[in-house]
Parts: sequence; structure tokens; C-alpha cells
Amino acid sequence: MTVAPLPTLLLKTNDLRPQDFSTPRDRFDSAWENTLSTLLGLGRTAGADFVEFFLERNNYISCQAEDDEITSLSPRLVTGAGVRVFRDKADCYVSTNDLTFNGLRAALDKALAIMGLTLPGPNANLADINLELLRDYATTKGKDDWLAQCSSMKEMGEVLLAANSALDKEASHVQSRRAVYFRDWQEVLVAASDGTFARDIRLTQSVGYNLLCADGEHRSSIGQRAGDTSDPAFLRQWDYASAAASVAESAGKMLYADYVESGSYPIIMANKFGGVIFHEACGHLLETTQIERGTTPFIDKKGQKIAHENLTAWDEGLSPDAFGTIDMDDEGMPAQRTLLIENGILKNFISDRAGSMRTGHPRTGSGRRQGFTYAAASRMRNTYIAPGDYSVEELFASVEKGIYCKQMGGGSVGPTGQFNFSVSEAYLIENGQITKPLKGATLIGEATEIMDKISMCSNDLDLAAGFCGSISGSIYVTVGQPHLKVDSITVGGR
Amino acid sequence: MPSIQDIAAYAESSAKKLGISKYDVYGSSVDETSVQVDKGDPKQVKASNRSSVIVRVWNADGKVGVTSTSDVDPLGMDLALQTAQEASEFGVSDNIPDFSPESVAPTADVQVETVPPAPVGDLIATLVGVEKQLLEAHPAIASVPYNGLAQRAIDRFYLNSAGALRQEARSYASVYLYSKTEQEGRKPRSAGAMRVNRGLPLLDIEGCLKEATEKTISHLDYDKVASGKYRVVFSGEAFLSLLGAFSNMYNAQSVLDNRSLSTVDSLGTVVASPLLSVYDDALHPENVSAETFDGEGTPTRRVPIIEKGVLTQFLHSAGTAKRMGASPTGHASIGAKVSVGPSYYHVLPGDEASREFTLDQAENVILIDDVQALHAGVNALQGSFSLPFDGWLVNGGHRTSIESATVAGDFCDLLKAIIHVEPQAEITPGGICPRVWVDALSITGEG
Repeated sequence: MTVAPLPTLLLKTNDLRPQDFSTPRDRFDSAWENTLSTLLGLGRTAGADFVEFFLERNNYISCQAEDDEITSLSPRLVTGAGVRVFRDKADCYVSTNDLTFNGLRAALDKALAIMGLTLPGPNANLADINLELLRDYATTKGKDDWLAQCSSMKEMGEVLLAANSALDKEASHVQSRRAVYFRDWQEVLVAASDGTFARDIRLTQSVGYNLLCADGEHRSSIGQRAGDTSDPAFLRQWDYASAAASVAESAGKMLYADYVESGSYPIIMANKFGGVIFHEACGHLLETTQIERGTTPFIDKKGQKIAHENLTAWDEGLSPDAFGTIDMDDEGMPAQRTLLIENGILKNFISDRAGSMRTGHPRTGSGRRQGFTYAAASRMRNTYIAPGDYSVEELFASVEKGIYCKQMGGGSVGPTGQFNFSVSEAYLIENGQITKPLKGATLIGEATEIMDKISMCSNDLDLAAGFCGSISGSIYVTVGQPHLKVDSITVGGR
Repeated sequence: MPSIQDIAAYAESSAKKLGISKYDVYGSSVDETSVQVDKGDPKQVKASNRSSVIVRVWNADGKVGVTSTSDVDPLGMDLALQTAQEASEFGVSDNIPDFSPESVAPTADVQVETVPPAPVGDLIATLVGVEKQLLEAHPAIASVPYNGLAQRAIDRFYLNSAGALRQEARSYASVYLYSKTEQEGRKPRSAGAMRVNRGLPLLDIEGCLKEATEKTISHLDYDKVASGKYRVVFSGEAFLSLLGAFSNMYNAQSVLDNRSLSTVDSLGTVVASPLLSVYDDALHPENVSAETFDGEGTPTRRVPIIEKGVLTQFLHSAGTAKRMGASPTGHASIGAKVSVGPSYYHVLPGDEASREFTLDQAENVILIDDVQALHAGVNALQGSFSLPFDGWLVNGGHRTSIESATVAGDFCDLLKAIIHVEPQAEITPGGICPRVWVDALSITGEG
């Protein structure tokens, strides 16, 4: 019997030392192929079923103007990497700051050891990992110069001071005014033992106001933010004059507002940030992370009615400029558009690689993480309720006594599907008309019950930038919806 | 990973090269491992070894710039100092931060033993065993969807160009268990518990298991609660959550920023019932996370915040203390704008109570074990809160779990409506606090 010789591409582990694994410190590109494919080969040879490296460089800066002074300008520079090793359906994630070959190999060694595996010894033949031609979303989409095109420190200061000055002119009873901005530039490279090899640059920016007004015992605080993911000129194009007028108007109305009287009410949720109701009450419960844990009531409801027939909802990463938009997820999969609910019927879950492996639901380009210290998990991107057929006037006309939730605060959902979220700007509706401002409202309910009570959607879908904290850290997301009516919900207040 | 002495040498060399004569550096290096399990199998193991520093640079005009970085090698330090120098051009001109006058003062002599990390296999085996016990504790407990056993070793340091150099090492281990029930025709219920100590061998895992079990079972018998005003008893943990959420009341930076429930004139005024006293005590023996210096190198200490209802002191950084004619209290976090934050609360009775209150005899009282969604339901600038909670309606010692409800009110009013601070304190990761009784709070039940 003759044995075919091993392909020359296969390395022996004792050949690794003479290889040149020096890789560029200031750029993630195809120069990393040799380093990463070798490391992935080491992991596979050790017995791992799947290995993935995630490399990150981050150049972040935040700036804050208080009254008429820049009081904080904080740059942050981060580099790091994480390696994820799967053995059957169990996985391990190890992160490090050390991006040298030896640093990454040490992280891999640690991950393998945790999984009961060891790096191959001398003379072992190394599994050959053929990475695909680098899918470079950064270069092909012209993002390489984005950081250089962003506002300088000087411009940040000038814009925020001008914005704060505009706010001072618009608002009354001002106790403190803040204009805040951040720019988060992130370069990522993903390489995995299935051949995945992809690079991207993300540019996330946010700017907004935080206004505190006080008159004796009366106080109101209103925050407002805008966000963007792909426009280096975002800050210099910020329409702070209109934002100042809007924030000042809201703060003025809420300054003397009465506290909401607790009880059960029909409510109308405004469009844009009202979408947090769907994010909390349903979106999180459609992540495969929740299926894995058994913490979603929708676990076996695919194809079944879980919401009112007037409700259709999407999660996607494609909307231009939206805060949750990504060209690829943090596992290197291109983003896509995922229909979650169609006319009340549950169509799809939101899945990452591990979630797909463990639950059987297909990946949706939703593996996301805050940074290299987190393993990716199934997370939302731009999530919104589709527009309906009603007009806003029809929604109001249907309410005899209820609450108009114009601006939402944050919210959360628990392991049994109970959700809550706060309303930062609310008004009483009487006989279809807004009659007075209210404050201090928190909405609570059960996900399975609320979804069937969203009975009317208007035709004015709009999106808003938000932050979502969960198992893989804080990430940028979009929430959105048209104006909608919830037939009845519990409102906690005084 | 470079040693602190290496980092100090890199900083000195970079500063010299860049013509920087005044700087300081705060940093830490963390080595941590955590495990989760799912029905007897490891679900995910995470490990991390990373460092980061934050550098402040004063330029020739005396203005300060800041940069933080995870690259702590010579090249990384060069870039960080250079970026901070660039940022210093845009630093504030009024109330510029300076080195703490206490950055070279002696710190408390706290002997803290660090515990070596346990093998990952031991973490997994321990957690698998605990999960099994929790699942077997009651037929209704169907899963432990959130669980974790973690250990962490941290080295932190502060140094400055005036010769300050502080360093300390700590180790921690923590366990959390959050179980969920399933019963035919009943809504799922959940509850959890957490413990922290210096290392796995010292961790009170049995106590955590017992608490998670008892709480989960106690929520099986649930019912709606009618909306209205109730006498409310906050557990130590719940009260500490509120105290933390409204910490702007005694945070000097918030006061100076006009973003506080207090003003500079509030010291010495009555802000709470005389039954209440609150201290912040980073060095309390029960504080597993005791640190002897803050982000500016100032030694930490015990600070009285509220004594018998009177606001007695603010928490300070070096900068706020200078502006308010006080001493720094060891509560600063270094940054472009230095922030101030509490370390470890110690809540205790103030004046002696004139009446006895016991849950065994109380009627129609709500015991709140845990408040949730503080990020959403607290408006710290207005003083208002409206929060979902886990708790029970207590009648003559009998507890009925509350299905779903919120508690709402004004924090300043709440402090003054305290009618009893129990003598027996609970020890939690964030502080020590007894149960606190408050009159006439709004409770909204669902439905």
C-alpha cells in the first residue's frame, strides 16, 4: 500500500518558530492571514470543533459641554482580541490585550486547556485552514478614511459650545445644560476555522442634550440624542437649533407636570423611541440566547400567532445610517433583513452562531458584542414595528381616557417575560385630546399579554438611536415604530 | 504584561521625550475566569487577561488632558501621552484638576490576603453541583437560566510625576444563582441570590443556594396586589439600591454641577428621619472590595453622610474638596472630569426608635426584597422613582408573593417618612444595611 505524501501546505508545529508572524500593529488586513490561519490550525489540530478569532482596534472619544465650557474631552485607545473555541455545543471565550502571535497563541492555549485540550506538540501536523479571500467591507465601502474625516477635538468643542448656547436661548428656568457627543471608531477582523475571514470599520456617533430645569420644588430633566453609523460629517451637520427648541419645549411642559395617577389605561405610544416597547416586550424574547436559557414564552411559537393581527415587525442591519446598522456582524456574517412577526404570526428568531448551533434556528447576522472582552451573542440591530393603515388622528380619537407616551426612557425584561419601561414625557388624553402633561410613569406588563393588545398602528414609522445592554455588553441599536395604540396597560405612578 | 514599575518607566520616558513635566497614571491589570452551566454541562467559560491605564498630562499653560489606553507597552504609552497632550489644549481653564494633596499620605494598613485562582475544572464542578441541588430543591424549579461562578485577580496602581506610587492587589470570587419555576396553569416565577468573597474557598455557596431556593419557592404562591398606599419595608439590598440611585444627594461633584438634590448649603440640614444614619466606609471589614486609595491616590476612609437624619458630609475628589473648602474623602475616579462615587455603604439606626416594629405582627405591609430597572425607573435629578420590585404582602407573619407591581415616590420624601430602621443589618456586596420601614408609599398592582 502506498501512502500519499502530506500536502506541502501542512506545517509541522516545530516549523512555526522560523515563520514570520509579525503583523501590522496599526491595521487589520490580509497581512494577518498567515498568523490567524496558523492559530486556527493549531486549535483544530488540538481537537476543537470550531475556533474563531475576533480582533478589535478602537479609537473612541467623548466630549461634553456644560453650560459654556468644555468640561470633558476623553479619548480612549483600545486594542484586543478574543478567541472562541467550541467543542461540541460547549464553548469557551478568552480575551487578551496582547496581539502578538505569542500573545494570541497563549490565549488559544488557555481556551483549549479550559476545554480539556492541549496545543499540539512538536512534529504534529497542523490542520490546514484555508481562509477565504478577505471580505473587506471597510475598503470596498470606502471607510478607511472615515476616522480622518471626523470632527477634530477643536471642532467638537466648537459645535458643542454653540449648541449649548442655542439651548440657553431656547430654555427657561435652566439649572444645568449639557451637550454631549461621542465618536466610536472600531476596526474589527474576524477569522474562523470554517474559512470566515472578514474585516470592517464601524463609525458610530451620537450627539445630544441633557437639560435640567428647576423652579422652586418643580423640576424636569429631558434628554435627547441623535445617532449615526456612517457619516464622518455627522457632528458638523447636527441641527442643534431644532434639537434645542424641541428639548426646551419638552422640559418646559414637564416642569409643572402632575404625577401620573397609577392604574390601567389605554395608551398611545409616539413613533420613533416608542419602539422601546417592542424592543423590551418582544425583541429580547426572540433572541436565541433566551431560547437556550428557556427564558422566553415564545420558545415553541414559530409559525403561531403571538401578537395582534395588525402587528408586523422586523429586525435588520441594513437601514442607511441607522444606529444599529452593520455591514457584517461580529462573527463575520453579512447583515440581513429578518422578518420577526408578520400580521401577528411569529416568523423568525434572531440568531448568532452559538444560538444557531444550540437551538437549530438559522443564523441571521445578529452575532454582536460590545468589544473583544465579550463573546458574540444573538442581539438586535434595527428593530421596528411596520407602519399600519391608521392615521394618528384615528388613534387618538379611539381613546376616551388614556395616556400619550411621547418620549420613552429605558426599560428591561426579566426571565419570565415581565417587562417594564419608563416614560419621560407623557400627557393625559381625554376624549381624544391631549389635556395636560404628566410625569413619573412606568409601564409594566407581560410580554405574552401586551403583544395582543397592540391593536392599532399608524402610517408614520420612524426610527431612533438607542443603547442595549445584555449578555454581550452594551451595543448600538435602533428602535422604531409608527404611533401605536395599546388597548390597556398597567401604569405605575403615584 | 508589563509590571507597574515598567509602566512607570515607560511613562517617565515618554513624558521626557514629549516635553511633559507633570502627569499622573492610574491603571489596573485584571485576570479573570467565569463559568456558566446548563443542566449539568458547562455552557460557556470566559477568561480574560487585560490591562488598561488612564494618563493625565498638564501642559505648559497648566491645563490638563486625558487619554486611556489598553496598550501599556512603550509604544502605547507614547501614543497615550501624546494624545493626552493634544487633548490638554482643550482642557478646562477654571477649577483645573490637580494632584491630590493626599496622594503621598499614608494609606490605611489593611491586610488583605489574596486567594490563588482555582482551576477552571473546580469552578465548573462546583457550579454543576450547585445547579443540581437547586433543581432538586423543589419540583417547580425547572431551570437555573442565569448562573455563574467567577474569580478575578486585580492589581491596581496610581503614580504621578511628583513621586506618588501606590499599588495593591486583590482577589475576588462570586457566585450567582437565578432560578425559574414552571407550574401547570401558573405563571413562571423567578428569584436569585449572589455572594462575593476573596476566593472560591471562602465563598458562601451554601448560603447563596439556600437563599435562591427559599426565595424562588416563596414566590410560587403569588397574587395580585391592590393599588394604593402601603407601609413598605425595604430589604437592606433594596434600600441600598435606592441610596445608590440617588447618590447625587451627597456627591460633591453633582452639587457643584447643579445636578443634585442638594446644594452647597444643604450640609447640616435635616434630609431624613432622625432614625437613619448613613456612612460610606470603603475600609469596613465586611467590604470584600476594600481599596485603600482612590483613582487620584487619595487614601480612603469612613465618611459620615447622614447622621441621625442630618446631612453631614459630601463625598469628595481632590478638586471638589478644594472648591468647597473641605478635605478629599477618597471617592474620586480619575478622568478628564474627575467623577465622585461611593465605595461601601454602612446604614444603621440613628436615634433610638420609640416603637417596636416586627414583620411577624405587621398587617398589610409590603416587604420589598429587590427593586429592578433602576436605569429606567429612577429620575435622580427630579428625585422621583417608579420601580418594579420583587416582594411580598405580609399579614401577621404570612407572606404572599406579589405578582407584578411597582413602587413609586419621591426619594426625599421617602427618607423623611422612615419610621423604623431595624437593628439587625444585612451584609451585601454593596454595603451593610438593615431593613428600613417607610410609611405610605404608592404601590401599583398589575391589572
